[in-house]
Amino acid sequence: MFLDELLGSAVTRRTFLGKQAAVGIAALASLLEADRAGAGQPLDVPGVLKKLHHEPRARRVIWLTMAGGPSHLETFDYKPKLAQMHGEPMPESLTKGQPIAQLQGQKLTCFAPQHPFKKWGQSGQEISTIFPHLGSVADELCIIRSMRTEAINHDPAHTFMNTGTLISGRPSMGSWIWYGLGSDSQDLPGFIVMVSTGKSGQQQPIASRQWHSGFLPSRYQGVQLRSKGDPVLYLSNPAGVTTSRQQDVIEAVKKLNAAELAVTGDPEVSTRISQYEMAFRMQMSVPELIDLRDETQATLDMYGCTPGDGSFASNCLLARRLAERGVRFIQLYHRDWDHHGNIKKDIQVVASEVDQACAALIRDLKQRSMLEDTLIVFAGEFGRTPMAQGNGRDHHMKGFSIWLAGGGIKPGITYGATDDLGYNAVENVVHVHDLHATMLHLLGVDHTRLTYKFQGRDFRLTDVAGEVVHAILA
Amino acid sequence: MTNGSRACLARGLSRMRWLCLLAAVSFMAGRLVGQQPQPQDPIRFNRDIRPILADKCFACHGPDANRREADLRFDREEGVFARPGPPVIQRGDPAGSELVRRIRSEDPDERMPPPSSGKSLTAREIALLERWIAQGAAWEDHWSLIPPVRPPVPQVDHRDWPVNPIDSFVLHRLEQAGISPSPEADRRTLIRRLYFDLLGLPPSYEEVEAFVRDSRPEAYEELVDRLLASEHYGERMAVYWLDLVRYADTGGYHSDNHRNVYPYRDYVIDAFNRNKPFDQFTIEQIAGDLLPGATREQRIASGYNRLLQTTEEGGAQAKEYMAKYAADRVRNTSVIWLGITMGCCECHDHKYDPFTMRDFYSMEAFFADLQEKAVGRQEETPVPTAEQEALLAELQQKLAAARAELDAPDQERDARQQQWEERLWEQWTAAAQSWTPVRPATWEARHGTQLELLDDLSLRATGPNPDKEIYEIIWELEQPLRLAAVRLEALTDPTFPNKGLSRANGNFVLTEVELAYRQSSGEWQTVAWSSAAADYEQAGHPVAQAIDGKPDTGWAVNGHQRAEPSVAWFTVREVPELPAGAQIRIRLRHESRFAGHNLGRFRLAISSLDTKVFETLTALPVEVIQALKVVPEERSGQQRDVLRTYFRATAVEWQAERQRVAELEKQIADLEASFPRTLVSVSGPPRTIRILPRGNWLDDSGEVVEPNVPARLPRLPEVEGRPTRLDFARWLVSADNPLTARVFVNRLWMLCFGYGLVRTPDDLGTQGEWPTHPELLDWLAVEFRESGWNVKHLHKLIVMSRTYRQSSEAGEQLMALDPQNRLLARQNRFRLDAEFVRDTALKISGLLSPRVGGRSVKPYQPAGYWANLNFPKREWENDVGENQYRRGLYTYWCRTFLHPAMLALDAPSREECTAMRPRSNTPLQALVLLNDPEFVEAARVFAARIVTHGGATAGERLRYAVRCALQREPRPGEQQVLLELYEKHRREYAAEPQAAQQLLQVGQMSVPQGIPVEELAAWTSVARVLLNLHETITRY
Repeated sequence: MFLDELLGSAVTRRTFLGKQAAVGIAALASLLEADRAGAGQPLDVPGVLKKLHHEPRARRVIWLTMAGGPSHLETFDYKPKLAQMHGEPMPESLTKGQPIAQLQGQKLTCFAPQHPFKKWGQSGQEISTIFPHLGSVADELCIIRSMRTEAINHDPAHTFMNTGTLISGRPSMGSWIWYGLGSDSQDLPGFIVMVSTGKSGQQQPIASRQWHSGFLPSRYQGVQLRSKGDPVLYLSNPAGVTTSRQQDVIEAVKKLNAAELAVTGDPEVSTRISQYEMAFRMQMSVPELIDLRDETQATLDMYGCTPGDGSFASNCLLARRLAERGVRFIQLYHRDWDHHGNIKKDIQVVASEVDQACAALIRDLKQRSMLEDTLIVFAGEFGRTPMAQGNGRDHHMKGFSIWLAGGGIKPGITYGATDDLGYNAVENVVHVHDLHATMLHLLGVDHTRLTYKFQGRDFRLTDVAGEVVHAILA
Repeated sequence: MTNGSRACLARGLSRMRWLCLLAAVSFMAGRLVGQQPQPQDPIRFNRDIRPILADKCFACHGPDANRREADLRFDREEGVFARPGPPVIQRGDPAGSELVRRIRSEDPDERMPPPSSGKSLTAREIALLERWIAQGAAWEDHWSLIPPVRPPVPQVDHRDWPVNPIDSFVLHRLEQAGISPSPEADRRTLIRRLYFDLLGLPPSYEEVEAFVRDSRPEAYEELVDRLLASEHYGERMAVYWLDLVRYADTGGYHSDNHRNVYPYRDYVIDAFNRNKPFDQFTIEQIAGDLLPGATREQRIASGYNRLLQTTEEGGAQAKEYMAKYAADRVRNTSVIWLGITMGCCECHDHKYDPFTMRDFYSMEAFFADLQEKAVGRQEETPVPTAEQEALLAELQQKLAAARAELDAPDQERDARQQQWEERLWEQWTAAAQSWTPVRPATWEARHGTQLELLDDLSLRATGPNPDKEIYEIIWELEQPLRLAAVRLEALTDPTFPNKGLSRANGNFVLTEVELAYRQSSGEWQTVAWSSAAADYEQAGHPVAQAIDGKPDTGWAVNGHQRAEPSVAWFTVREVPELPAGAQIRIRLRHESRFAGHNLGRFRLAISSLDTKVFETLTALPVEVIQALKVVPEERSGQQRDVLRTYFRATAVEWQAERQRVAELEKQIADLEASFPRTLVSVSGPPRTIRILPRGNWLDDSGEVVEPNVPARLPRLPEVEGRPTRLDFARWLVSADNPLTARVFVNRLWMLCFGYGLVRTPDDLGTQGEWPTHPELLDWLAVEFRESGWNVKHLHKLIVMSRTYRQSSEAGEQLMALDPQNRLLARQNRFRLDAEFVRDTALKISGLLSPRVGGRSVKPYQPAGYWANLNFPKREWENDVGENQYRRGLYTYWCRTFLHPAMLALDAPSREECTAMRPRSNTPLQALVLLNDPEFVEAARVFAARIVTHGGATAGERLRYAVRCALQREPRPGEQQVLLELYEKHRREYAAEPQAAQQLLQVGQMSVPQGIPVEELAAWTSVARVLLNLHETITRY
């Protein structure tokens, strides 16, 4: 596979062009004609896996990143014992010798859950009352209460959740999946990212490395879809240039490049030609994608969004539209879950920013029969301490909660558990590597067999670990 | 060889032969480079056998002791042949070898590699292993660990082809394969290639024309020499080097804040321009600060060690990050200089190469002396330029002279000093006598302390000692009083801890002193303070903090270490005239986070002396007062000096001299503040480095290691004491190091051909690729070292070769025979690096600034691109003027949000070492070239150039435009397409002049007057086409 990168996958194209160069300029002209007639070349060839390893349960992923580290204790992991021990010292048996973030060197005391929980739906899933809408779709959710990660600070923890390693410069999961499976979209990238920002507290930064392709070929980089300015960077024509004039320019570039191709027979020229066409198609398709005027008012109300507001809710609706258009991996970030202080109030605010839209996304996909082959993951980069940090909680990596829904996931169950105080995941522990392995499994991929050779070693998303969590599969 | 004979040779290949070759080449393409061992050829272990063992066997039978099965290892000869138990390989006897039995076994329990490993041997690999055993199973060390020896230059059939030994090696291989080299590229391609490879810039049309016409045999070499001497050569080389060292303008992790490291970047440019020998270049970067008498340049070079990512994230654990930084340096240094992947050994012994965890942490130990912050903003060091240093020396000299004047004997003014002393002493004694002790009428402590009044009128605390406390003392005036000042004496008591001043640890923190009065039973009137002074202040706790209104700051006196009484004076802002019978109240607050730090024993006094006098007196340094207390005749020399210095520092008589000193001091301070600051290596006591089991930084159980180089590489020469970074750097470039020269030579080759002779330039280990031309690589490595690590010599050697000068055109046959061009029967073509794509557009348009070096700059970037950054939030501000048009390598390199145009064109974020950028071809690149204002502005400025300089007619202008962009004449078809576009857009823009105006407003450059806007706008369209062409951004 290393060769593939060296050659920019030119090997396959060369075979194609080898023939073409032989056919000569006349044939080339007709080929270009055919292109013009609209036989658009997909953005991407099928992925590097020519065949899936097994029957897939999901065709695409929508990953909802709750950036900042949501507290599991105020959301999905009900801990009455912690409430009883409020204000008492945290048992040292749990905390001794453990890494700790901002509470380094301070007194560790138990801090009661700040919001009540309720049982929801037929499944009776326990979910905090800050999520009434999610509660209403509780029977669709698979809640995992036994997550573990390996980093306790935001930046490396996001890196770990996205790439399976703490070392920067490795591919993110969206890039792995696009690389492995290719994309179903004719005119959109296979990995799209959207970021929204909450209003309650401190918004931790998010680095673009979180959607970087690392050592994979850079065309597998995630593309950010923005709510302000150009939705995709450099998408708009220069001022004073109409669509038709832009088309004239691209057409002229294409003709001159075609002439160059005729002279040189260089397959890279042919690729360049098709990439300019793709660029032009993106210029057409992205505005159509983000134009929500064709959505009904009922749909907008269900998500609770105003088109163009850049909210998480709008992004959820866009995620559905991207899913419809065949984008393989869609990742949303909502930045505002870092509740070192004032957690009671702030977590309520941020929950209200995502609750309705998450539930709407599930319902909307379901009514379009897309939930069955779309995997939704709702996860932060870590959880928060059962210990108080003032009236908030510090970062915590030994136990936290996420939920999954959709393609191939057993709905209406809660899996795994933390100890009585919500410190350590103790039952059916799911490590980030296991989550990745399970996601790949659902997509029809054996996580040990999607590899890329770099610096002499076969790398994979799950590094050297990862077990598929079969118990949560439908 | 003539063209004719080459054609014959090609035709002479029968269809049959052609297909065989094709099969052979593609068969081996993955690894062995077309140098297929013929059946009669001897098997070479490194070329033929080791890659099989490394890929298929090492994972379980390799260097990693923890994963090793059956105590068998194939990475070392003794691991196979000196192993206890039955022999695995019988030399010369494949049939009798256990290895052959196992790899041929049909039994899944017996077969190797086991099916569970997911690996299997091909029939060809099995055959190779058998032939190797039959031929005696000769062993070799991994090729890159064997020191290179200059091989003989091979004989070739076509003796007139080679111009230097490079060509002989290349041609020799081609002749073996029956392939002819390509003809020399045309002159235009050659000069463009040289410009792009050596400068990263396109030539001008005139330069190309002159070169095309210059048929003198020495013209090419002269061109090479001229380009190697250009100051842009260093810029081009720096682009690559900065990828390796992961140079960036920000810290990388989390908040990703700015850091000043551009002086290092400029050092790199300068080093390549001045052809600094590569060994010196290496030593200066790794250990420039440790060189005897390290120069400014060498200290800046040592900034290399500080280029890694660092964090400022709150809650990050120091120990974790120190471990990260240490590991990062090993990974980076070992890839840059050794081309080995030591990173694996952070957690376990290397699975494929002979390196261990001990090697990893021993290498870390070389860097353990570097002083840095684990978490937080890294401290930058001033690095004045030579001019600044000279100016500083001059100013310091002047300052010394001015100070000498201020210190010079002066009878008249000394006499005035005496008068001043006397007056001061009088004031002092008057003030000292002005104090009336306070006899408290009531006293209470709000939080439970009990205060008792002692005979000396002091109050002493007993009973409970609460965390925080407020004392309130009230008394009544017996006579009228001007309430000008309050004195507070903090007293020691033998019953307190350390016989100190409080019952906590002997220290107190007095957070606030409040004064109020009332007449008879009226309201309490608060009195504001004007100043405070004390005879002692603890660092960070000046007495001023006791009257700043902030409850968490206060006055303290190190009472836990220094059990001495202290005194503080407080003067009031507006002096109240109080009648007899008025009540005065003083509150002493102790509300800091230091629990129980409450005054233990104290006494109060008041004074009605003029507050101005008090302020003068309390402003006096303690030493001055102490000197005044001694009668003049008995003062020590030091005390006399104190008075003299203080007088001259404050008296109006010395103002002129003082002002001169102050001015010079300010000039020096300003100058020093203007010094560039950057991160450099600062050495200190080395930290202890341990082997971290499984790389776990929490685990302190591992063995402590001393600095050392990997055990399988040549040993570090004996040194006295602990080996340093300097020893390490010298070892890297020592003559017996087998890797460093090969690694660099390989990468320089890559810059000239698109691929290295080893196509994995970051891994020369067993998992890397076998060199396509091992002998050539070794020859070049030895040549490089023996030339005195002369980079330009090596560069020139390569670009002078006929191999380099070949055409990059791949005919159908060559394409089929050697699609990846491993045999080098042609040159390669590739897109320019991100920076050079930008530079090319700017140069063609005429916008490019030629300025070399300086701080990083900010070309246009879409607004809001940094929106997801925080701590602090920030916005990219586009540079204006010349800095908008600097070369791409000066673009501000923000690691978490790299400039999106650079990112789209495959520039790395520089978090880790990048030895080879990917070269992609994506729609996002098309969008950048089409729509990024940088390219649109370049196009419209180029359009103005076309109209002003291109001639009178559209045809002439078009020809001029193509010449500028591509340095050639337009092809007839091109002319038609572009002229049609021009005509159409001119008509359209004439009808929509506003649209034309809008287009011409893109960017900061002004629009030239006197040219019709539709003309400029239409040519802008043509210019955009030219700047977007594949040919424009491709090096052929």
